[in-house]
Amino acid sequence: MKKLIVLGAAASVFAGAAMAQEQTLNIYNWSDYIAEDTIEKFEAETGIKVVYDVYDSNEVLEAKMLTGNSGYDVVVPTSDFLQRQIAAGAYQKLDKSQLPNLVNMDPDLMKGAETYDPGNEYSTIYMWGTTGIGYNINAVAERLGEDYEVNSWELVFDPEISGKLADCGISMLDAPSEMIPAAMNYLGLDPRSTDKDDLEAGAALLETVRDNVRYFHSSQYINDLANGDICVAVGWSGDVFQALYRAEEAENGVEIGYVIPDEGALQWFDMMAIPVDAPNPEAAHKFINFVMDAQITADITNYVWYANANKASMPLVDPDITSDPGIFPTEAAKARLWAAQVYDARTDRTVTRLWTRVKTGT
Amino acid sequence: MNGAVEKTGSSPFVATLKRLLARTGLSGRTLVIAIPVLWLLIFFLAPFLVVAKISLSEAAIARPPYLPLWEWSEGMLIISLNFANYQYLLDDALYYLSYLSSLKISALSTLFALLIGYPVAYMIARAPDNTRNLLLMLVILPFWTSFLLRVYAWIGILKGNGVINNFLMSIGIIDSPIVMMQTDFAVYVGIVYTYLPFMILPLYANLVKLDESLLEAASDLGARPLTTFLTITLPLSMPGIVAGSMLVFIPAVGEFVIPALLGGPDTLMIGRVLWNEFFSNRDWPVASAVAIAMLVVLVVPVMILQRSQDEKEEAAS
Repeated sequence: MKKLIVLGAAASVFAGAAMAQEQTLNIYNWSDYIAEDTIEKFEAETGIKVVYDVYDSNEVLEAKMLTGNSGYDVVVPTSDFLQRQIAAGAYQKLDKSQLPNLVNMDPDLMKGAETYDPGNEYSTIYMWGTTGIGYNINAVAERLGEDYEVNSWELVFDPEISGKLADCGISMLDAPSEMIPAAMNYLGLDPRSTDKDDLEAGAALLETVRDNVRYFHSSQYINDLANGDICVAVGWSGDVFQALYRAEEAENGVEIGYVIPDEGALQWFDMMAIPVDAPNPEAAHKFINFVMDAQITADITNYVWYANANKASMPLVDPDITSDPGIFPTEAAKARLWAAQVYDARTDRTVTRLWTRVKTGT
Repeated sequence: MNGAVEKTGSSPFVATLKRLLARTGLSGRTLVIAIPVLWLLIFFLAPFLVVAKISLSEAAIARPPYLPLWEWSEGMLIISLNFANYQYLLDDALYYLSYLSSLKISALSTLFALLIGYPVAYMIARAPDNTRNLLLMLVILPFWTSFLLRVYAWIGILKGNGVINNFLMSIGIIDSPIVMMQTDFAVYVGIVYTYLPFMILPLYANLVKLDESLLEAASDLGARPLTTFLTITLPLSMPGIVAGSMLVFIPAVGEFVIPALLGGPDTLMIGRVLWNEFFSNRDWPVASAVAIAMLVVLVVPVMILQRSQDEKEEAAS
């Protein structure tokens, strides 16, 4: 998939060389998070040459943003990280007069994103999703019985149940601010709590299932789930669907499901923003506006299987995707989603320290 | 020969250079020494001082994410040094334990690399001239591929449905795959594999110079091969062993990529702790303190080793 993007970019280099005045746009986005032809189309339409880099963790992006002079024009941080980076002065305000396609956006979801960016001054939603459970349907049925219905976090958080799945492999995200709140929520605590006792309780629960977890990683599970190397992954909705899609493509007999457990799940937004020192903010606005085009957003959703916040694109999105409750949750499920809490430095330290304890036992 | 000297001596460039040196009071020798010194100043000391500076600062939500060490305020220079970051390293056993764990993993890896590297270096040194160069090439060859790719290749070899497991299962030795990935075993394999050439090359350089008449003399005097090896080859190759071991041990202690890609979540290494401080806690000052502490932990034993080596050489001469 990435190879195609690279090829596209290479082709455009030759095309761009012919142009008299060449502009460059540097984009830094999550890995496997764009349609194959998006960049190509943008380059064809605007004549701007795109350099496209990818990352797989918010932390890596954040380090670049906080250091400054990253050289990127458009970046896509997750909402809670964005909030802190705005506070640190890492982004410039969007010039909404350059973004006519903002009218396409879903006002309810943009309102949701205002929790992190009041007035949507610095950012607009790229894609959004949930943190739920992806699983290998046959492998789980084999171990828990054909009648077992996967609809609860107990699949990973109940030591007895996850113990039965340990042999085929369980993975969790290496993201403490997502895993510990999920455990707290399972225990009936408020997942947004910053109380030390609550966080400790969540970590303690994770420690009880620690031995059943093969690894903690935030992108490797896509391939492993698709190949049947692991059978359960706590992961991001679209990534699990990509695993499903890859397994289908490989015709290796692996069937994958994604579920937003009944107890609820984290809802997050990935936001497009422009660094304060972006070399080419004008091209950045052009790109953001381009992505908010109904057809372009629909293409991306159709390819990456993440929900978008673009109302106008909905009729263009594959009905299989819009009707999947794992991607576009039902109203009942929506009510049980929670928004990420932004931690202060002290809580960050507590959470990271607890996470080290979960992972290493020290 | 004479003519050549006269020729260079009369070249206007050399003459100007000499005059320039004479005027500034510098000799050619100083100039030659200045290059490595400058190199160390720019690429070691300057970054080190920057890290040391950050380690005495305080974390903040800002760009960059720490407070400045000094500021001018109403004609006063206010310097605030925050030593709490170092205090913090002592308070939490995590840092101490991960230093120890890193030292243990690197020490064992160095030992394995030595056990594998020594016979290989010995064999290359004793090989006939024409094959020797080929063998050396083969040791260096892996460097032509990216280090990252080679570590990824190990994932393909070690993983559940990887090369080793598939082979063992196909010939019926095992029924279900052996879990090798995400274990300490994989980390050892990765480190030993990656750093093995750094062990072999200095050992080879040393062993190839070994005077074979010494070995002949030993055997003439009735020593068995093992005795000869232990009393002559091994002691004489000590400088090679020390050099190779340091080249493996030192980078292995701070290794991050190999444990991150091959290691399990419970593989505790200081490189990972540093990553956490830097990226997850956004606490650059504590991350810098961890780095400085690591340097101190490493430099002291290395200096002791170096000194004992120097003394030995002096005693020998």
